[in-house]
Amino acid sequence: MALVWVPSMMRDLTRGQDRVHAPGETVAEVLDALEKTYPGFKDRLLVQGQLAPGIMATVDGKRALRGLQQQVAEESEIRFLPTMAGG
Amino acid sequence: MAAKTRVCVKINGEQLEFLCEPRQSLLECLRDILGLTGSKEGCNDGNCGACSVLLNERVVNSCLVLGVEVDGQEVTTVEGLADWRGLHPLQQAFLDHAALQCGYCTPGILIASKALLDREPNPSEDRIRTWLAGNLCRCTGYDKIIRAVQDAVGRIAQPREEVKR
Amino acid sequence: MSKDKRSTPEVTDYEVVGTRPQRHDAPDKVTGRALFGADTNLTGMLCGKMVRSPHAHARIRSIHTARAASYPGVYAVVTAQDFWWAKDRGTNPDESGETIKYLHENMLAQEKVLYVGHPVAAVAANSPHIAEEAAKLIEVQYEVLPAVTDVREAMKPDAPLLHEHLVTQSLSKPVQKPSNIGSHFQNLKGNPTQSFSQADLVVEREFTTSTVHQGYIEPHACTVWWTVDGDLKVWTSTQGAFGMRDQLAKLLSLPMSNIHVIPLEVGGAFGGKLPIYIFLEAVAALLSRKASRPVKMTMTRAEVFLATNPTSGAYMKVKMGATREGRITAVQAELYFEAGAYPSADVIGYLGFATAYMFAPYEIPHGQIDAYDVVVNKPRTAAYRAPGVPQANFPVEQLIDEMAVRLAMDPIEFRLQNVVREGSELLNGTTHGNIGAEEVLRAAQSSNHYRTPLAGPNRGRGVAQGYWGNWGARSSCTISVNGDGTANLVTGSVDLSGTRTTIAMQAAEVLGISPDRIQSNVGDTDSIGYTEMSGGSRTTFATGIAAITAARDVIAQMRGRAALLWGVEVQDVTFERGIFVTRRSGEKQMFFAEVAGKIAETGGAVTGTGNVDPQGWGGAFGMHIVDVQVDPETGKVDILRYTAVQDVGKAIHPSFVEGQIQGGAVQGIGWGLYEGYQYDTRGDMLNPGFLDYKIPTATDVPMIETILVEVPGPNHPFGVRGVGEVPIIPPPAALANAIYRATGVRVADLPMTPVQVLEAMGVI
Repeated sequence: MALVWVPSMMRDLTRGQDRVHAPGETVAEVLDALEKTYPGFKDRLLVQGQLAPGIMATVDGKRALRGLQQQVAEESEIRFLPTMAGG
Repeated sequence: MAAKTRVCVKINGEQLEFLCEPRQSLLECLRDILGLTGSKEGCNDGNCGACSVLLNERVVNSCLVLGVEVDGQEVTTVEGLADWRGLHPLQQAFLDHAALQCGYCTPGILIASKALLDREPNPSEDRIRTWLAGNLCRCTGYDKIIRAVQDAVGRIAQPREEVKR
Repeated sequence: MSKDKRSTPEVTDYEVVGTRPQRHDAPDKVTGRALFGADTNLTGMLCGKMVRSPHAHARIRSIHTARAASYPGVYAVVTAQDFWWAKDRGTNPDESGETIKYLHENMLAQEKVLYVGHPVAAVAANSPHIAEEAAKLIEVQYEVLPAVTDVREAMKPDAPLLHEHLVTQSLSKPVQKPSNIGSHFQNLKGNPTQSFSQADLVVEREFTTSTVHQGYIEPHACTVWWTVDGDLKVWTSTQGAFGMRDQLAKLLSLPMSNIHVIPLEVGGAFGGKLPIYIFLEAVAALLSRKASRPVKMTMTRAEVFLATNPTSGAYMKVKMGATREGRITAVQAELYFEAGAYPSADVIGYLGFATAYMFAPYEIPHGQIDAYDVVVNKPRTAAYRAPGVPQANFPVEQLIDEMAVRLAMDPIEFRLQNVVREGSELLNGTTHGNIGAEEVLRAAQSSNHYRTPLAGPNRGRGVAQGYWGNWGARSSCTISVNGDGTANLVTGSVDLSGTRTTIAMQAAEVLGISPDRIQSNVGDTDSIGYTEMSGGSRTTFATGIAAITAARDVIAQMRGRAALLWGVEVQDVTFERGIFVTRRSGEKQMFFAEVAGKIAETGGAVTGTGNVDPQGWGGAFGMHIVDVQVDPETGKVDILRYTAVQDVGKAIHPSFVEGQIQGGAVQGIGWGLYEGYQYDTRGDMLNPGFLDYKIPTATDVPMIETILVEVPGPNHPFGVRGVGEVPIIPPPAALANAIYRATGVRVADLPMTPVQVLEAMGVI
């Protein structure tokens, strides 16, 4: 099961836990699974079905270039961070 | 639109003639009428030096000179520094010291530096900095520019090199 | 988590990398031949001029253009109504993260103007003077509203709202009440509250920085030609031709293949000419379409200050705790950044950068950072060399210094106590890859500057360090081999300071030829593959990899041609140091130029391609040391000596790397001592010109000594790390720390002008 680090502003949904686990082969599937246990999880992160502006996902420390469709391995770690592109 | 005035002026050693409105600056005339786009506009109010040219061998901000004022005068722009023998020693020194990055302030700085070295063959670092205080550069931090001008001092006496590229 | 493979560069005795060849485009630049944004001249070209709001915040009641349209010499007038298709666009960002409605409104205001200088209309005429006269004939009726130019004022409950429907975006429960806070992001690691209560030493202060402009000497300028068949040609000064093309396609609803962006030489940009906020080109396109003529549009210096995209001023509260042995235990920060008139575009990302990098040089177990993007009646903010980080670094490096002073520790020694290494965790949970943090600190400590004592009254030495993560992104390069063994190289990377040469040098290293045998050009959007903008310290790294890839492609093809000529299999041909070799039945050799001479008869042209999107780039650290003398009567700060130490990975062209460091340092000095937007109570900018917005001149700075540390960067064949943005980060704090040691007072507000210094000293 993938490990998802819960952003501090979303820990009200996970009863204070800073990390949760969920199955899935893509970021999208993991989020769907989390939504079942922690309703409202997806709404915080998504706008019109895509990651909200200003938010990016990282999988195993690397920016998820394919966003929600990025593949996730059995032991992957997923984070949600503010976007950092160029300068 | 005011009637245009005829201006006869020697630019980079060549006698030229053009028509301009009294309100057009020398910078505008050089760039838009004569096609000499080497001199640049950075501020149009005399604060950056990107438009520097020599007017009768004196450095001026061409944005503060009117086109009609140079009738009968002599002007040197960056386009007039190199000749058939090659680049001016200052230009070559700038290449060798990587004394430019974007290159936008470079024409003005070359003109101003030439005016200094034409008067004072061996200026100190402080003197070069003070002389160039009216030429703003945002890219280089001035370090390599000063070194290039110092190096050019030694080269000016030498014969010009063939342009390498 | 796997470690970055510590880079083992494939070649270490370089022929080209590390040398200092002459720049390919420099002769053009020293002779005035090079063409910049305003240097295009086309037959029948008109001049465009914007009409701009004199009010910082107002509703537009009406715009009357008839008098201007009928003025002799005027060919077209446009307003936001000419973007008729834009009215229906909502405020949801598209897939690029930028809200098209904001882009349109910033180019030509629809209902409201949000800063002095906000464009409301534009004219095209047959001379710039006529265009100026005609612009004055456009009549705009405004209903003036109260303006707010300070983030603290903008966040007060009774502050005037810039956008009636703007609610704060964040990962918290959604809010309903509109405000001027565009977004809020938080990083939280461990338990800072508890950790602070156990710290031996806690330091805490409030800091402010002013809005500053990138200050490029070349104003924005473009020439645009919309021909009757819907084809659009754009000659412009931009950091990214492809980004510009894609934005124009969206703004003007045109297919991308109809838009040709020809990037001209750029007279400075530093993040202010990113192809994200389009200021002139789309409006010039509309004028061109209406007039059926090409239109040149440029900006005056005042327009550049008022109405482009300076970088955020900020209000910050920062707190740090440490043990008495000098180990940092906890940090906390609240950062309020100016977004300007509209919430910041995703891709600028300064909230992300500031929160990720401000504490990145330090091992910190507990921390919380809250960062806010606040709209104010100023132009939209963007990147200035290292978006968000010079601002956020200013408090951190001063508080570090304060702790070192209180614990009687050498300031570099204090930093070494807390130094990060590969695998160290940042506050956002990511980890450092292969970095040279310790190497930089030690190089600074053992530098001649640091070991030379500073004597004399009113003098002080300050140090500060900074980190920037750098970037990769998509780059494209093609290399064509000529029959005489020379080569033509084209990339899509706009050349801001000589990268066409450092890219050619990397290709030359692989091809085994001299870089002056390579013609290196910047392509337009028709002639090369998609290339991301030049910025983010990515070009030498990513486009270098594209060039290396293209060069390897060339070698592979030429090995095939050599094999054909020798009648052997291609796997029997190797390429060693510029020579093709086969050892099948006796050794045979051919030089690169010999094989090149036979390309025509062995199958035609040889063109190598590199289309890359490299990952795993390395970040970089820098530390600056500055000696100052402060005049106790005037507060003037003179810089006596300045040294910048930086991990550059591998300096492809050392002169260019030194130049980047020196230029960035002097920009940081300007940010620290001289520069800042000043406003009156109406929201009018008081200093939109180089006289009163002072950038450093040659008399304000000494020589900038550079010390290049080379810890090879990961995932690049030669170990390149980005260098351009790191050096703007440390100077403001280094100067503040030096001023403290010279005067005994800490200045917490930028710029540290003589008046600020005297006020901090209690003299006035």
